[in-house]
This record gives sequence, structure tokens and C-alpha cells, in this order.
Amino acid sequence: MGNTLWGMEITAEQLSTAFGDTLYMVAISLVFSGLIGLPLGILLVITRNGHILENKWIFNVLNPIINILRSVPFIILLVALIPFTRMIVGSAIGTNAAIVPLIFYAAPYIARLVENSLLEVDKGIIEAAQAMGATTWQIIYRFLIPEGLSSLILTFTTATIGLVGSTAMAGAVGAGGVGDLALAYGYQRFDTMTMVVTVAALVIIVQLLQSTGNFVSKKIRRR
Amino acid sequence: MIEFQNVKKVYQTKKQTVEALKGINLTVEKGDIFGVVGYSGAGKSTLIRLVNLLEHPSDGRVIVGEKDLTSLNPKDLRAEKKKIGMIFQHFNLLNSKTVFDNIAMPLVLSGTPSKEIKERVGELLEFVGLSSKARSYPEQLSGGQKQRIGIARALATNPSILLCDEATSALDPQTTSAVLQLLKKINKEYNITILLITHEMSVIREICNKVAVMEGGCVVEQGSVFEVFAKPQTDIAKNFVRTVIHDEIPQSFLKSIGTHIPIIWKINFIGTTSGTPLLSTISKKYDVHLSVLSANISEIQETPFGNLIIEVTGNKNEVDKAYQYIKDEGILVQEVQING
Repeated sequence: MGNTLWGMEITAEQLSTAFGDTLYMVAISLVFSGLIGLPLGILLVITRNGHILENKWIFNVLNPIINILRSVPFIILLVALIPFTRMIVGSAIGTNAAIVPLIFYAAPYIARLVENSLLEVDKGIIEAAQAMGATTWQIIYRFLIPEGLSSLILTFTTATIGLVGSTAMAGAVGAGGVGDLALAYGYQRFDTMTMVVTVAALVIIVQLLQSTGNFVSKKIRRR
Repeated sequence: MIEFQNVKKVYQTKKQTVEALKGINLTVEKGDIFGVVGYSGAGKSTLIRLVNLLEHPSDGRVIVGEKDLTSLNPKDLRAEKKKIGMIFQHFNLLNSKTVFDNIAMPLVLSGTPSKEIKERVGELLEFVGLSSKARSYPEQLSGGQKQRIGIARALATNPSILLCDEATSALDPQTTSAVLQLLKKINKEYNITILLITHEMSVIREICNKVAVMEGGCVVEQGSVFEVFAKPQTDIAKNFVRTVIHDEIPQSFLKSIGTHIPIIWKINFIGTTSGTPLLSTISKKYDVHLSVLSANISEIQETPFGNLIIEVTGNKNEVDKAYQYIKDEGILVQEVQING
């Protein structure tokens, strides 16, 4: 045991490692789930009825799959994906192992949020783009995304905060992180001080994320 | 330039089919400012969207500059669309981009070199009188300024046709007038054919040379603006004309009518004839008394268009002679029937 801090059963090193683990898991899973969720969200928008790439098949297949994935509780997903995780990362426990289910959890969530953000974009702007003879790809990256960017930033803020929450449960597969400390020491060992400190740390992380997101979003929206 | 050949548009919803257009035949000639007027739901919005295939016709053909756009492959279609500019009621500018970038957009889409873009956008900004706003965002502009930017953007690719979808309906009367003058200037200076839709007859009067009146998915009346203003045939056209030219017999006069039924004439002057002192000539030449119930002179395409309602008294013979005289002068005169 190293030096304990403020009467907690955990050391400062443990706390900072946990911080690092949380940030690592959130960052990596955010990148991957974003890479999957963003295109899926765009697809959900443009294939719907009356949109630029209207396609009943894609929409009607994609839509329920996303709903199903989103309705599975994270803890179940974590366990159910163990064989798959083992195949990908070579192990079913540890921080890297937690990232796989985190991506499965966050990607459909992001897809849905992206869909909502992009649906807010005025249809008139898409109409103007079509009138100009823009290609589908041009409509997406020259019109849809820039016009929805401010809202997309908030979307990704929400998704990131959601991921911070989910990492707490990733402790179940020995992933570590701040949430795991709160559960293992604060909750299960009745170490109130650890509980308070870890929860406070999570509150600070979430606050920081949200205010950064709000700030950037506002900056893009221009007043 | 634009030809609608028996065009139909049917919308299929789960419960019902809606016939938005029921066989439209219209021809817009090169250089026209062609106005389509109608109440909301008449189908004019669908009509204008068929020209650049924002909507596809269910039946019939739309020929734009000798081409049926529905027969083109996607690449050729995009190229054709660049020859058709469009402006919108709610401007549809990108709020995330500056005025400069908004106007530049059609050029960016076609891969124009940035030096050329800079030149062209500068020209366009000057043309619409907003050079100082290049770095502003649409949010910082008034409605009229936004529409000027919309116009500049529509002109960026040097189109031969400009479609105006209720372009002034969200603007106040003064701004409307300024935007309409700009459209007129575009038509004259660049020889761009304009097709516009509106629910305001004043817009038609101010800039159009031809007009079509739509109701229930059909064109119920069409012709030169003069024809339709002077002699509207259908009730709906009459209603529209009445919104800008007040030629009603005053209520107070109607109330004062007893058992004697007065003779009332409606006289339309067009162009130079409105300058001739018609009334004084008649009252000198024939033994009739004239009293003016309503008089109105407005301008259509810079030509005076007068509207006069007079009550005529005198013996029948003289009255008939006077009537014939006006007719022989080539002036449009009609007897107005008063019921009751």
C-alpha cells in the first residue's frame, strides 16, 4: 500500500491511474464509435422517405438494428460480447477488452443522435443544394454537415458523457477507471471518502466535457 | 425556353392520392418574366419545382431549353441544373457560411478555381449592391439583403433561367419592390428568362409580361399581363385583379339607387390612350352627362393602365352613340350590370 489520501483506502496513484484508464477508454471508444455512428446516422437521414438518397430497404433494415442494439443494457452487452471481444483483443478482461462492448454500445447511440442533429437542418437548404446540381456527397459534406455541425458537437458531447457513465460498469470485466474505484471501494467496501472523491471526480469530468461542448457549439453557431 | 406539355403530378399517400397538377400546358418564351399566380394549394409550388426536377412529373413532359431533363443521366442533369438558378421564399442560405462563401457555393461545387471564384463573387456582390457584406453571416442581414444574396448565388453560374419561388412573400412592401426591380434588371441586362410564382397580384403587375392563373392544379387563365388585367375571364382572375386595381362601384352609390337603374360603363385605357381627354370630348360631342364613380391609373410594364367607372345619363340614342364613339377609338368599354 502506498500513501493514502484524505483517509481513503486508495492511494493517489490508484486514483490517477483510474483517471487515465477512464480517459483512455472514453477516448478510444469515442473515436471508433464515432467512425461507425456518424456514417450510420447520416445514412439514417438521407435514406429516409423524401430525402436525397431515399431507400426503404436500407432505412428499414438499419433502423430496427439500431433500436435493438440500443435496448440491450450495457452490462448484458458486456457479457454477451465476451467471445467476440476475445477474438478481437485476445482477452475478455482488462481495459482494452472493455472498449469493444463500449463501441457496440455507443455507436448506435451516436447514430441516433447524429440522425436527430441532421434532421434539424432546414430542408430548404437541401433543396437549394439540389437546385444547384450538387452531388449526393457534396450535399452531405458541403451542406448537411456544416449546417448541422453546431448540433453535432452537442451530440458528441452527450455521447462522450454517456461513455464516461458506461465505463463505470466496465469494471465488471476488470477494466479499471474512476467508476470502478467508486464501485469497488466506495460502494462495496463502504469507504465513504473514496465514494465522495471518485463521484466528485466524475462530476468534474462531466462538467468539463459539457461546458467545452457548449462553448464550441456556440462558437460555431455564431451568436 | 420552358415548356410544360400536359404535365400531371400525383402524390401518393397511404390513404389517398392527391392530384397536385392536372394536365398543365404552358410555354415560357426566352426573355419572358412569366408569373404564375394562385392561392396556396393551387399547385404553383409543385409547378416551379418541376422545371429543375426538384419534383418529377407523374405524366407529361417538361422541356427546358429543348431538353427533357427527365431523360438525362445524373451527370448531364447536374450540368443542366447549373443553367437554372433558383431563389426561395425563405432564402435557404447556409447560416454556417459567410455571404461570400454562400455566393461562391455553386462555383465551388463545379470545381471553379478559387481566383475565378473571388472575381465572380466580387462582381455579383457589386451587382446586388452588397459588397460591404462579404464577410457577414446571413443572420446579420435583413430579409431583403438575404434575398439579394440568394439572387447573387443563383446567378453565380450564369444561368439562362431564374426560378423564383415566392421570392418576395416574406418581405415587406418596400423591400419587395426593391427586389422586384433587381429581378427586372437581371432580366434586361443578362437576358435571363424568369419564371416566378406568387400569391400577390402586385408582383405580377410590377414586373411580369405574361401571367398564368392557377386554381386546383389547373391553369384556368393565361395571357399577357395586359390581357388578364384588362379582361379577366374567370372569377379567380377577377379576384386577383381586384386586389391591385380597385374598380368597384362605391357602396354609397349603390345604396342611393332607387327604382331607376343607372347606366354604368367601365372603361379601360391602355398606354397612350389614357392621355386623351376622352370624357370631355364625349360630353361636348354628345348630349350626355357623365359622372365618375371610380378612377384609377396604375402602371403595368411602364405603360399606364387606366380604369374608370362612370355613370352616364342622357337619352338612349345619344348614350348609344357615345358608347360607339369610345369603341371606335379603340378603347375597351363594358357596360356594368347592377342587380337590384
